Amino acid sequence: MKLIEDANQQALARILEGEPRLIDIVPARELIPGLRERMILHAGPPISWDRMCGPMRGAVAGAIVFEGWARDLPTATKLAASGEIEFHPNHHFGAVGPMTGMTTMSMPLFVVENARFSNRAYCAINEGLGKVMRFGGNDASVLKRLAWLRDVFGPTLGKAIRAAGGIDLKSIVARGLSMGDELHQRNLACSSVFLREIAPWMARTSTDNAVLAECLAFIGQNDQFFLNIAMAMGKAITDPANGIRGSTIVTTMCRNGTDFGIRVSGLGEQWFTAPVEMPEGLYFAGYSEKDANPDMGDSAIVETIGLGGFAMAAAPAVAGFVGAGAPSEAGNFTRSMGEITVAQNPEWTIAAMDFAGVPTGIDIRLVVDSGVVPVINTGIAHREPGIGQVGAGVVKAPLACFQQAIVAIAKDLSVS
Amino acid sequence: MNVVVLNEVRKGFYLDSVALMRLSREVAGSPGVIEAALMMGTPSNAAIMRNAGLLEEGTAVKGNDLVIAVKAESEPAAREALDNAIKSLDKPKTQGETQAAWRPHSIAAAVKVRPEINLALISVPGEFAAAEARKALNRGLHVLMFSDNVSLEDELSLKQQARAAGLLMMGPDCGTAVIGGAPLAFANKIRRGRIGIIGASGTGTQEVSCLISEAGAGISHAIGVGGRDLKKDIGGITTLMAIDAFESDPETDHVVLISKPPHPDVAKSVLERIGRSRKSYTVCFIGASEIELPPNARFSPTLKGAAELALGDKKIGTGFDANAVASRLPRIGRGGIEGLFAGGTLCAEAQVILAAAGRKVASNAAIPGVVKLGVEPNSGRDRLIDLGDDEYTRGRPHPMIDPSVRDDALRAALKNRDLSVILLDLVLGYGAHADPAEHLTNIVADREQDAPALIASVVGTEQDPQGRSAQVRKLEQAGILVAPSNAQACELAVAIVQNAGR
Repeated sequence: MKLIEDANQQALARILEGEPRLIDIVPARELIPGLRERMILHAGPPISWDRMCGPMRGAVAGAIVFEGWARDLPTATKLAASGEIEFHPNHHFGAVGPMTGMTTMSMPLFVVENARFSNRAYCAINEGLGKVMRFGGNDASVLKRLAWLRDVFGPTLGKAIRAAGGIDLKSIVARGLSMGDELHQRNLACSSVFLREIAPWMARTSTDNAVLAECLAFIGQNDQFFLNIAMAMGKAITDPANGIRGSTIVTTMCRNGTDFGIRVSGLGEQWFTAPVEMPEGLYFAGYSEKDANPDMGDSAIVETIGLGGFAMAAAPAVAGFVGAGAPSEAGNFTRSMGEITVAQNPEWTIAAMDFAGVPTGIDIRLVVDSGVVPVINTGIAHREPGIGQVGAGVVKAPLACFQQAIVAIAKDLSVS
Repeated sequence: MNVVVLNEVRKGFYLDSVALMRLSREVAGSPGVIEAALMMGTPSNAAIMRNAGLLEEGTAVKGNDLVIAVKAESEPAAREALDNAIKSLDKPKTQGETQAAWRPHSIAAAVKVRPEINLALISVPGEFAAAEARKALNRGLHVLMFSDNVSLEDELSLKQQARAAGLLMMGPDCGTAVIGGAPLAFANKIRRGRIGIIGASGTGTQEVSCLISEAGAGISHAIGVGGRDLKKDIGGITTLMAIDAFESDPETDHVVLISKPPHPDVAKSVLERIGRSRKSYTVCFIGASEIELPPNARFSPTLKGAAELALGDKKIGTGFDANAVASRLPRIGRGGIEGLFAGGTLCAEAQVILAAAGRKVASNAAIPGVVKLGVEPNSGRDRLIDLGDDEYTRGRPHPMIDPSVRDDALRAALKNRDLSVILLDLVLGYGAHADPAEHLTNIVADREQDAPALIASVVGTEQDPQGRSAQVRKLEQAGILVAPSNAQACELAVAIVQNAGR
């Protein structure tokens, strides 16, 4: 099928040619024209309130209170159930969000621009660890932090980013990979490098030393700060590769806590979904498998560009999350992902693999042919709303999504 | 329940959180421990530990302090878990010796990793086998397809594709091959030598190659072609390619062709090709009557005979005198012979030898001239059963892998007073059961005094993983008569029933 091979080469070229830069932080309403009152964007493929999992519902209630559409959580829950709130996937509006992935009008979003194709993608700011909205947390402390991000941190950091003329992201990722990050579960190195680049600009543009210190400390205390930037980067990189007829390259992988969804270049905006699986992982003190919610979040966009589980070899410490594996076997994950991808990314290399590039461009044909499915590194949320993160681990993408997509592309090309 | 919580704080001792989570899980599994946590003392971690009731409210910790917290059912249990946790923190780590090696899951990935690979062995359920074989052929690999249940249409198109690309398509349903000394699928550890084998019969190829190897000669290559290659539909595509391959192989002087009787048209074209060869041939069409051969070829109706011709008329198993052995045995049973074979070709060879000795024979895998079991009443006939046939292996492994396939039939035969002899085979080698003799002797251990005589042959070499002589010894210690070859086991069976004057 020369048509498919050519289409895939084109899709891959578009992924590898991306030039992602972080250029701003702007409130969502100014970035996303269609984002209205009483509208919530969530992670994963489309889902209605009645099918949402606990943490997603908890986050929705919190977001409603945060936006002032209800005075308290019980009222917010009723409102959400009444059909008064419109739900859409982040991916339909150029955005992504980790775990529950709440995006509403007043939230400040990172803006990542792909300079090569002039497209943009957005992601909210990472809230830090503990009880947070992305894991379904919604109490006063969660909303208070969101308000501070909206009123203080977002504007402060936005000013610094604009003054810096934007921040190039590819080189931060390249350095992070050589420092033990894989960009999904471990972002310690990239967050540190980012802080090193942005701190002088924050100092130059800030007018209040106390606020500056607070903002620097917020970045410095959050090992996962860079994840959300990497996610917006992932979307900015993959969007131009979408819609190439005949291409079997995956452009989106995401989960809403109920369904896993993928989109494939040659099939444009069409979703292929299957029930999400349970992550296998390690739990914080006081929690176990029984507390875990199934897989969730738009963050698997980083696996779509060869990071996360695909770059496991760069982060042996993270490989230890997998129930049975030893950190020294981290390379096996990356090698396995090499079986289902069409290329390596020459700019993002892994020293421990003799500088092999991260496996890039998931080909649904290779997935279905080999039975090897994408491996995703992920956080684990508590199944009840409002509690938050209870662990982290590794999860597999369901094969059924890829099988459905194969059938659809065969139909589209009239080869079935 | 009395709950004890112990905390230990190590100031300024930083460890990676994932390593700590793994350690936490280890400590939480210690006896009497309800919960355990090893965490850096960041504010959010401290909150998690306090929520879990693992950290005293008053304990002040900082982000760079390592907190070790244990909750247990008793003070000693908590103390021990805490001490062990501290010990494992301080213990030097060794890298796992048993790193799981990465193995590719697809032909494409295997070839990417090792571009020098030139052969694929395919053993997947039949419905997927043809697709995998196509992938291999498309990448320029020779194929050995162990899988069966592949349609004739697929077999033909794969073999045509392979022929066009100059690749050998061995199979479907190819049980054995030895290429350049590398045993593939069910195969034995054979001496290298100057005799080539082309085999459409798996266990036939094994028997002939083992007899040759044990006689001191050796095999250059044994090329399997699959059981249906010499049928009319396929036309011997792989067999003809194998003849060509041996023709240009300087390591091979003589070639043995082993097959069930081919279709006459196919036989004609194969023999015509052999006639044009500069090498000498032994042709063994088991169950076929003697056919006209070109001058550079000789015919053998049995596997043993084929091995002897290939060895230049050297006799095999000369120390074994069937009549002498038979004369020393007590008279048992009413003169019937039952054969329970793991090897399909060995079952066919047994039919040839018994029929040639004038016995009335029936088999579930009947050769021409033998009655098919169940088609007509077979009372008074010797029954020779191929236990590798589909009716016995559906949903179970082949009896060469799982010898228990034979158990029920063997137990019944041991109680059958019509029988004087039970014929058995043991097939050794790679892929076969690790100790088939042990299994067999356990089944027959409690047989009655007047049970039929047990006669076995062992297909294998001394270098096989199971070791031929050790297997033979085990059988002999259990009172089983072991012949040097399947053919001689059959001759002994005939001698016993004739000698008994029945």
